[in-house]
Amino acid sequence: MPLELDSTILRALFATIVPESSALDAAGWCDVEQVVAALLRDRPESLKRQLRIFLRAIQWLPVARYGRPFTRLSPAHRTRVLAHLQNHRIQKVRVGFWGLRTIVLAGYYGRPAAARAIGYTASPRGWGAA
Amino acid sequence: MNHAAYDIVIVGSGAGGGTVAQELSPLCRQGLRIAVLEKGPRLRDDEFTGRELEMAGALYEDGGGFLTADGAMTIAFGSAYGGSTVVYTGTSMLPLERVIRRWNVPDLTHADLDCRARKFMAGNHAHLIEDDLINENNKLFVAGCRKLNYDVRQFPVNIKGCRGSGLCNLGCPNQAKQGTDRVQLPNAERNGVEVVTRCQVLTVGQRTLSARVSARPADGKGEPSTWEPGDYQIDARIIVLCAGAVNTPALMLRSGLGATLPRLGSGFTTHPAMIMLAEHARPITNFIGHPKSYYLDQFAETGHFVLETCMYFPFITAKSLAGFGEPHSAFMRAFPRLQMILVLAGDKADAHNRVSIDRAGKPVVEYRFQPEAIHGLVRGAIASARIFFAAGAVRVHMPVASHTTIEAADAPRLDQIAAAAEFKPGKVPVSAAHPQGGCGMGSHARDSVTDSRGRVHGFPWLFVADASLFPDSLELNPYVTIMALADRVAQRIREEAPALLGS
Repeated sequence: MPLELDSTILRALFATIVPESSALDAAGWCDVEQVVAALLRDRPESLKRQLRIFLRAIQWLPVARYGRPFTRLSPAHRTRVLAHLQNHRIQKVRVGFWGLRTIVLAGYYGRPAAARAIGYTASPRGWGAA
Repeated sequence: MNHAAYDIVIVGSGAGGGTVAQELSPLCRQGLRIAVLEKGPRLRDDEFTGRELEMAGALYEDGGGFLTADGAMTIAFGSAYGGSTVVYTGTSMLPLERVIRRWNVPDLTHADLDCRARKFMAGNHAHLIEDDLINENNKLFVAGCRKLNYDVRQFPVNIKGCRGSGLCNLGCPNQAKQGTDRVQLPNAERNGVEVVTRCQVLTVGQRTLSARVSARPADGKGEPSTWEPGDYQIDARIIVLCAGAVNTPALMLRSGLGATLPRLGSGFTTHPAMIMLAEHARPITNFIGHPKSYYLDQFAETGHFVLETCMYFPFITAKSLAGFGEPHSAFMRAFPRLQMILVLAGDKADAHNRVSIDRAGKPVVEYRFQPEAIHGLVRGAIASARIFFAAGAVRVHMPVASHTTIEAADAPRLDQIAAAAEFKPGKVPVSAAHPQGGCGMGSHARDSVTDSRGRVHGFPWLFVADASLFPDSLELNPYVTIMALADRVAQRIREEAPALLGS
């Protein structure tokens, strides 16, 4: 699993940011993980460490408010937790969430299968393929 | 340590480096040895697949994910044979007289730049594309603008044999875009200039450079370098830095030149941009056809923004939408019905925004959004929404609003819905692709880094010829102006070559 984290945390995050990811099968998740791993491969270790810390914070911060970790929240509560981070008054928190969100979106929409699913069928043949 | 020696070394092969290489290449016939050192790879024609993440990883610095120091903005620039000219859309714009006058660089006139710019527009086949090749994404922009009585204009673009793949920003798979990789660099190589790829220049010393040549990664794209992997010391009697507005200042700072050049790295601007999207009720041609055919610049001075048509790929589109969850997914599912507009904000050189380096010598861009730029992004977003609705869109994604989906019925309230207060760095997706400044032209070392023809103050053998020369924002797509400035630098080197090479 990219970022060496429990896959349940990452998958809960994916499902909240891209609801369609809940329908991915094992092969789909394998593709997602390959995309994320490739994306992070050449990134500095310090950045990966920050992302790991941020992911753990997402998992455990909700305990204070909801009495349970992120992975055990309802979809509505998960959305509320992430919206709080996205709108946080501290820019570093917003940027941290933005970074994680970017990785999730790359992992999901960076796959050719996801592109096809949303109707994106660009081809080098351009008008000739239309 | 390997050694090499040349009369002239050019660092970088984009709009600046490619132009200098072409314009100096006749000197090869007089026996001069000229090399271009390019950090990125040279791809074979069949390696341009148009696959988003694959091509971004192969052609962009940091795979297109280079971030400002605070992480709030992505700056995209190319790293390949041809530099950013491989990944731009080919929009070819002449420099504006009012901007060049405002730059106030002694001995730099708009007339001179304009004349040189026109030469390169012709040489790179810039022209207005035919109406039957323009897709609905662009035509709807025109229709919306005309309905609002906006003064919409068509971009000249430098394409030849375009098949409308729409993949310009991932490197044209049909070799239609006439960047330096297709025009200037091949011309230079035919005349005897040597181009060495995968060669990163680490430092510049007294008429010498240290560089590192990388091996081709096992799963990477592109040809291996013509030089063996390893460290090199390269002697050169003239050095021309064209590594772009992020890497040229960083290279000079790594080399210790900041000690005598207090302005080195300062004055960085980049046209921060937001991608606006709208959904139509029916599918439109959007990802087929040239993506960027029209623009609107009538609000550049009063509103600090320019609008351009655009069309991006699934991941970049997803990243450019604010928010997450179902509202975000709903726009993504509507991909074949999406219309897109790029809002470019006018930023200005100031005391804060600059290029520096970290402890490892890597470039760091310190960037703070100026109030005028935020105003430009918000006003540009509102103008885009008006254009979308005027063109018949049913809903618009508004990144600078508390609720980011706006239905057509809410169009009359756009001024209340979109607000600068909603512009929170790190929340609103902002990216940029026009890095400029950092080695600005001027008269003295106290107010600039180079003179008006690119010579670095205090270093007769060292020149800069890229977008880092801009003393302030250009306010439009920059490659033609970069070429015009690089042409001035090359002319000066040709004129002074006997003295510079003899000493």
